Amino acid sequence: MNHSFQVDERGYYGDFGGAFIPEMLYPNVEELRSRYLDIIADPSFQEEFHALLKDYVGRPTPLFKAERLSAKYNTHIYLKREDLCHTGAHKVNNTIGQILVAKRLGKNKIVAETGAGQHGVATATVCALMGMECIVYMGAIDIERQAPNVARMRMLGATVVAAQSGSKTLKDATNEAMRHWINNPVDTHYIIGSVVGPHPYPDMVARFQSVISEEMRSQLQEKEGRDYPDYVIACVGGGSNAAGAFYHFLDEPRTQLIAAEAAGQGVSTGHSAATTFLGKPGVLHGSKSLLMQTEDGQVIEPYSISAGLDYPGIGPMHAHLFKSGRAKFYDITDEEALEAALECSMLEGIIPALESAHALAVFGKLNAKPNEVVVVNLSGRGDKDLSTYQQRLKLND
Amino acid sequence: MNRITKLFAEATEPILNVYATAGYPNFGDTMTVLNALQAGGVDIIEIGMPYSDPVADGETIQQSNQVSLDQGMTVAHLFEQLKDMRQTVSVPVLLMGYINPVLQYGVEAFCQKCAEVGVDGLILPDLPMAEYESEYQAIFEQYGLYNIFLITPQTTDARIAQIDAISKGFIYMVSSASTTGAKTGISSDQETYFKRIEGMNLKNPRLIGFGISDRASFLKASESAAGAIIGSAFVKLLGQAKDLHNEIVGFVQSIKGKK
Ligand SMILES: Cc1ncc(COP(=O)(O)O)c(C=O)c1O
Repeated sequence: MNHSFQVDERGYYGDFGGAFIPEMLYPNVEELRSRYLDIIADPSFQEEFHALLKDYVGRPTPLFKAERLSAKYNTHIYLKREDLCHTGAHKVNNTIGQILVAKRLGKNKIVAETGAGQHGVATATVCALMGMECIVYMGAIDIERQAPNVARMRMLGATVVAAQSGSKTLKDATNEAMRHWINNPVDTHYIIGSVVGPHPYPDMVARFQSVISEEMRSQLQEKEGRDYPDYVIACVGGGSNAAGAFYHFLDEPRTQLIAAEAAGQGVSTGHSAATTFLGKPGVLHGSKSLLMQTEDGQVIEPYSISAGLDYPGIGPMHAHLFKSGRAKFYDITDEEALEAALECSMLEGIIPALESAHALAVFGKLNAKPNEVVVVNLSGRGDKDLSTYQQRLKLND
Repeated sequence: MNRITKLFAEATEPILNVYATAGYPNFGDTMTVLNALQAGGVDIIEIGMPYSDPVADGETIQQSNQVSLDQGMTVAHLFEQLKDMRQTVSVPVLLMGYINPVLQYGVEAFCQKCAEVGVDGLILPDLPMAEYESEYQAIFEQYGLYNIFLITPQTTDARIAQIDAISKGFIYMVSSASTTGAKTGISSDQETYFKRIEGMNLKNPRLIGFGISDRASFLKASESAAGAIIGSAFVKLLGQAKDLHNEIVGFVQSIKGKK
C-alpha cells in the first residue's frame, strides 16, 4: 500500500471505497468518473467555481482567533467560520461545485438527499441560482423534525419528497434519491451531500470542500507565521466538512487530524452514531466503509441529537484515516455537545450548529500545549438547532 | 452440469423465472412457496434474501424485505430453511440479494452453504463486474455458482460484450431504466431495445425482467429472449394470498398457459 491518503485509480482509500452500484446506475456513475477530473481542472470551471465561492458564498470565510476559549483551555484556538457561508454551513461549497459539474454533463435536473435539511437547502439554493429543477428526498420523520428547512427548500422552488421506506430518516432518503436516479438516468444528476457514495463521489466532494483547508493554510501563515496547525478538529457525519478541513494537511505530519463522532447517549447505550467505535467493514450506498450493522449485515439506524451526524456510516476516506491511525477519533455525547455549544455561545458570541458543537467538545479532551495551535472547523451555525437548544438548555426559564 | 445450463439447453418453450422474498409472507413460508412454484411448473426460482436498504428495488419488494426482516429472517436462517430443498425442488434456484449480508456471512462460507443446499447461482446487483473479477469469481467458480449479471437499456454495447464474456447461465436483461415494480407492460421503445440486444448474437441466453406481470407481458418479452422474470407481481400475490399453495400454483399456470 502506498502512503497516500488520496483515492487510488480503483476508487479506494486503502481497503475502503469502490463503487458498489447496480448496473442501472453504472452509466451515470461511469460518466461522472471518467469526466470529473477534467471538468474540475478546466480553467473555465475553476473561474466560475471560485467566483461563486467568493461573491455568492462569501468566501474566504474568516479564521477567527477565539481568545476567551484559548484562555480557558490555555492554548491557541482558531475557529474556521464555515457558519458564515451562505445558507449557514459548509454544505454549499459542494453543491456549487456539483451543480457546475452537472451543467457541463448536460444535465438539467437535480436530485439530492437530506437529513437535517442543510444539504437540501444548499442544493435547492444552487438549483434556484442555476435555474435547474430540484427534487430533494427527506425522511418522513426528518420532515417533521426539521420543518423550517423544509419551508426554506420549498421557498427556493424545490420539491421535497418524503422518504417513507425503512426507518424514514437520512439513510432511507439516500436510498430514495438513488432509486430516483435509477428511474431518471438521462437528464438528472445526483448531488450527494457528503464524502460518501460510490467512487468518484467521495473524492469529488472532498475536492470541493478542500477550499476550507486551503484557506486555513494561508490564513495561518498570516496569523501564526506558519501554514499548518498542530491540530485540526472537525465533526464527522458522512465526513465532508472534516474531509475539507483535513485535505491539505493529510500529508503534513506536524498536524494531528482529530475527528469528532456523535456518541449520542454514549457508545455503549444502543443510542449512538459513533461509527468508528461501533461499525464494521461493510457496503452501503455504493461504497465499502465502516458501517453500523447487525451480525447479519442489516444496517442499524443510528441515533444522535444532531440530525446531521445521524448516519450509520462514514466516508471511505475517514475509514482509512481511522484504520491507518492518521486521524484520531473522539466519541462526543449529546450532553457534551450541548455544553460545548453553550460555552462557545457565551465565550465567543457564536452559536454553533449542533454538529459543529461535537468538534468544539474535543477541547477539554485534547490537552493541547500553551504554544500549540488548534483549528476547529465550525461547520455551521446554530439557528436550525434553536428549538433543541431551547429545550435541552432550558432557555425559556 | 449446472442446472441452469441444462435448463437453457433443453428448454422448448419460454422460460419462466419467478422471484420470491425469503420468509415472506410469514417466516416459515419459504419452502411452501418454493414447492408451490415447482408444482405450478416454474422453470427457475429466484429467492430474495431480504436487506434493509435494497436500492434497486421498488416499493413492493422493499416492503416484503422489511416484513421478512421484522419477522427475524437472516442469511443463516435462510440456509437452515433451504437445508432439504433438493428433496422436493428440482428446478434451478438462484439467490438474489445485496452484497453486504453476504460479506458479513463471509463470502467463502456463503458459497459453501449455497453449494451444500443446492443453490445454482447468485444475483447480487450491487456487486460490480470489476469487483467480481478481482475478488469473487474464483470462489464462486470453486463452488459451481453462476453469477448472473444485469444489463439495462443504458448499458453500452462494449460493456454488454464484456458482461457476455464473463457471464455463465444467462444474462438478466432489465427491461427499462427503473427499479423493480416501477412500470408494467412493454412499450415500443423497449421492444426496440429487446431487438437490438437480440441482434448482438451474445453467447449467453437472456431473460427479461422488471415490469413483467402477466401472461401477455411474459409472452411479449419471450419473443426477444429465452424467457422472462416476474418479481413484484408475484410478491404482491404473496402478500395478499389466502390459500398460498393453490394461488401460487394457479399464478404460475396462468403465466405458462397451462390452465
Ligand atoms: C453544520 C453541519 N456540520 C456537519 C454536518 C455533517 O456532515 P459532514 O460530516 O458531511 O460534514 C452537517 C450535516 O448536515 C451539518 O449541517
